[in-house]
Amino acid sequence: MEFKDYYATLGVERNATQDDIKHAYRKLARKYHPDVSKEANAEERFKEVGEAYKVLGDPEKRAAYDDVGQRFRGGQEFHPPPGWGSGFEFSGRDFGPGEAEQFSEFFQSLFGHLGRGARGRAQGGRHGEDHHARVVIDLVDAYRGAQRTISLRVPALDAEGHIVLQERQLDVAIPKGIREGQHLRLAGQGGAADGGAPAGDLYLEIAFRPHPYFRVDGADIYLDLPLAPWEAALGATVTVPTPDGHVQLTVPTASASGRRLRLRGKGLPGNPPGNMYAVLRIAAPAPDTAAAKEAYEALARAYPNFNPRQTLERTSQ
Amino acid sequence: MNQAPFSATCVVVEEEVSFSLEQLAQASGADAEQVIVLVQEGVLTPSGSGPQDWQFQGPSLRRARQALRLARDFELGLPGVALMMDLLDEIEALRVRLRQAGLR
Repeated sequence: MEFKDYYATLGVERNATQDDIKHAYRKLARKYHPDVSKEANAEERFKEVGEAYKVLGDPEKRAAYDDVGQRFRGGQEFHPPPGWGSGFEFSGRDFGPGEAEQFSEFFQSLFGHLGRGARGRAQGGRHGEDHHARVVIDLVDAYRGAQRTISLRVPALDAEGHIVLQERQLDVAIPKGIREGQHLRLAGQGGAADGGAPAGDLYLEIAFRPHPYFRVDGADIYLDLPLAPWEAALGATVTVPTPDGHVQLTVPTASASGRRLRLRGKGLPGNPPGNMYAVLRIAAPAPDTAAAKEAYEALARAYPNFNPRQTLERTSQ
Repeated sequence: MNQAPFSATCVVVEEEVSFSLEQLAQASGADAEQVIVLVQEGVLTPSGSGPQDWQFQGPSLRRARQALRLARDFELGLPGVALMMDLLDEIEALRVRLRQAGLR
């Protein structure tokens, strides 16, 4: 496992004040928080930032981290020193339910034992904690339904009583017609309870792997459909991909760029199913031969009065 | 690890599940008091006349979790989170319109 340089993650000096750290964290949170950010890798970045702040933002944990950090550099191979954690007492609330599990193995090795106290607070005989995880599937899995094996990282105690992350494999039936952002509930697959009470449930949030040309909006699918100018002008029947195979689509004559053609019921399955929309895009070929050039010139002659910029000529008084 | 037959027990929360106050608190990792504040702030809109007979529709789980995440990660109070979620909803609605117009 690598030693993580939390100071570098937050972009602060090792002697930064608690205020500096809070300030740096807030700025990065606004930039990368997955609920507000559209940056690529926002989720991954924020996880690192959140973990760094969880440690450095708390003076007690920061002191413990600094103590270990004197002997390590970021990226260096890290093994927790023997007896780690036994010499420190941490006060106050440590982690919210399920929070610590999202952090890195490095974090777990240093602070994982703190989560145990939080879980231990649950009264004997109480329902186990509900767990959450995110599953990324392909769009076609949502069209057809799929059987997927997913790996979850679950904290478990090792021989020395430290919390380590273990891989756990689950077979999940992805129901046909699942939408992005929806949750699957797997009863009894969450945290164990003591005293014979029922285990918690596991919730899986569904995300779609980005597709090179289909866009998803709820149950509807959008596709930019390139057409030759003559196909758009004269009408055509073209073969169009859907996430579930190809269909024939009739393009009406005199179709303008941007026109949306609806393929009813070809969106995500369901009751009712979504629609698929082909958004027409006119792709004009380059006049790269004499014949092509002549064809464009003939077109220009055929439309002496055509003004493509008519909409720009509304008087701006 | 015991692997139960999942196809039998796997349900789509948004379509097949509704929650009582306690069930939503358990599923979202919130305290019941936090859920009550989210209802008062209009983030969650259960049916039923009072906390004892509130029923939350499936999509409430996602909203409750988002609210708690924002409160924790931005160190905000729930009224501030409610405002933030209103604005995020509005941005999302505008993004949907852009997507539908083929502008994104």
